[in-house]
Amino acid sequence: MSKTILEIEGLRKTYGSLEVLKGIDCAVHEGEVIAIIGSSGSGKTTLLRCINMLEDFEGGTIRLDGEEIGYHAEGSMRRRKSEKDIARQRALTGMAFQQFNLFPHMTAEANVMLGLLKVKRLPKDEARAIALKWLDRVGLGDRAGHFPGQLSGGQQQRVAIARAIAMNPRLMLFDEVTSALDPELVGEVLQVIKGLAADGMTMLLVTHEMRFAYEVASRVIFMNQGVIGEDGNPREMFVAPKTERLADFLKTSSFN
Amino acid sequence: MGYTLNFAVVWRNFDRLLEGLALSLGLAVISILIGAAIGLAVAFALISKYRAASWPATAYVTLIRNLPILVLVLFAYFALPQMGVRLDKVESFVAVLAIYSGAYLAEVFRAGLLSIPKGLTEAGLAIGLTPIQIRTTIIAPLMLRNVLPSMSSTIISLFKDTSLAAAIAVPELTFQARKINVESFRVIETWIVASALYVATCALIAALMRRIERRLALPR
Amino acid sequence: MTPSFLDQLWLARNVILSGLGLTVSISLLAILAGSVLGVLVGLSLTYGNRLIRPIFRVYTDIIRGTPVLVLVLASYYVSSAVGVNLDPFSAGVLALAVFCSSHVGEIVRGGLQAIPKGQTEAAKAIGLTFGQTFAYVLWPQALRQFLPAWVNTAAEMVKASTLLSVIGVAELLLRTQEIISRNFMSLQFYFFAGALYFVVNYGIERFGKYVERKTAVPS
Repeated sequence: MSKTILEIEGLRKTYGSLEVLKGIDCAVHEGEVIAIIGSSGSGKTTLLRCINMLEDFEGGTIRLDGEEIGYHAEGSMRRRKSEKDIARQRALTGMAFQQFNLFPHMTAEANVMLGLLKVKRLPKDEARAIALKWLDRVGLGDRAGHFPGQLSGGQQQRVAIARAIAMNPRLMLFDEVTSALDPELVGEVLQVIKGLAADGMTMLLVTHEMRFAYEVASRVIFMNQGVIGEDGNPREMFVAPKTERLADFLKTSSFN
Repeated sequence: MGYTLNFAVVWRNFDRLLEGLALSLGLAVISILIGAAIGLAVAFALISKYRAASWPATAYVTLIRNLPILVLVLFAYFALPQMGVRLDKVESFVAVLAIYSGAYLAEVFRAGLLSIPKGLTEAGLAIGLTPIQIRTTIIAPLMLRNVLPSMSSTIISLFKDTSLAAAIAVPELTFQARKINVESFRVIETWIVASALYVATCALIAALMRRIERRLALPR
Repeated sequence: MTPSFLDQLWLARNVILSGLGLTVSISLLAILAGSVLGVLVGLSLTYGNRLIRPIFRVYTDIIRGTPVLVLVLASYYVSSAVGVNLDPFSAGVLALAVFCSSHVGEIVRGGLQAIPKGQTEAAKAIGLTFGQTFAYVLWPQALRQFLPAWVNTAAEMVKASTLLSVIGVAELLLRTQEIISRNFMSLQFYFFAGALYFVVNYGIERFGKYVERKTAVPS
């Protein structure tokens, strides 16, 4: 097995009295493309958001390249890291959202450049060159000067992916990136993700696109009621699910 | 009755009215600029999840919005010296109008902040921006665009409030008009012209704000 | 300092109460007259014909573009110049009522125009006349929309009533100034007056919030 990038141990997360994650253990290795599937409410999006510290969590640890994310031990106490430290750690993982979340007052290029300028503190020319390179990669080199409002949903999502990937993250997180798109725009976004997978980018994708998960993922994690229900190779899992839960879930999912 | 309109006296004193108007505008611009800075900080405090920030901000806005500005103007000029704070007429009026503007603009900005989708903050966090960077580069610029229309009417209303400086003898437009009125007895003419100057200036402010709104509008 | 302030306050109690009473009467009169006029203005702005509408548009634009203090001074001086000879109280109430009418006019117009066009069409479709449509469909919806804003206008009037002190109406603020001119306790008595205004306005504000909750259409 190649090097371990991400190590999650005993991750627990509650909203009030509702326990959303009930102890997640899992390791992600360099170059893996992991599809996280499961019905809504199973905790898959929350898992992704914890990795990026968009959600605080109550128990367990997440380590990225051996460094604990979000918290540190102070004696026997567990303390949240400073906002500055957390910001630095967040920059190590890239995230793409269901709703794109492009900054509407910035051009596509400026969206991609923002993190390079403000977080990596690169000089403007260098940041622009990187931004243009990635906009080219997602097929939008000619839209660099457009504002989000002038782009289609699929184009916006591709810019959002470029914005995340331009930070040169160790790990990419995709949170249902095609769910808000019109069906005819889904393909162009999946094409971009496939390209990144071929480059060897390590990725975690929360997705409803079962066919895509089947084709692209090297590994599938099935989340069920806050725990990992099954974890394995897509060919085996989709063809011969070991648990009834997964079998039921696959029956109600569409494969088109 | 038997009053015949004669604007000659008013025209003779027109430069005094214009000087007054210039002072009114000056008072408004300085106070509103300071007030906007206060309002922005207070607006972020209002929506803060920390009660130590939101509570004093709420208290400030509630207090100021429920006090007549004339009471504040008189208090600052006549009562503050008793506490050892001595400001001249213009300074004390600017201080009052700035604090007053701050409370009203804070409410305007707060509404604007609440209208910004949470996802944009998360997207900023995800690329590693700090909360302060997110506020300055993403939230504040978007919020300002959102609030321009309601900000326009607030600014106009604050500009009109500069007339209260007349109560402590700051020689702005209303003060000048009243003086000309008393000296000349051309009552109707004086107030028609003074009012017209206010109305025209308000219309200009509204037009200017619409222009800014159009300039900043995002292409789509 | 403190006991002597309380002594002075006790001495001045009747003066302050009469001032507060006048402040309340000024505000009430201005709101009543201003609202009646304001509904007329709002209806004319919304449903007026090509002649009526511009007239009221100009009226509201002029009133809203002029500071209330200028309205108060103009009302006071102009009325005497043209021989109507309004006393300061009437001149002041007139100015506030006019100011109030432009506010209420805009609120009414906004409330009526916020109602989707489909409502009028649906009412027409079941055969209601314009009068019936207005009475049963449009007005009740608009009322819900603008009641909270209308209550807040009341607080605006209380605040604006202080401007009548400038033309010598002995409302709360002028009474306070009179008291201060006798005992020189400007800090204490401005504070006290401020507190009274705050209590009245805060009460109105809470009432506005209450009205807002009460009139909200269940959804």
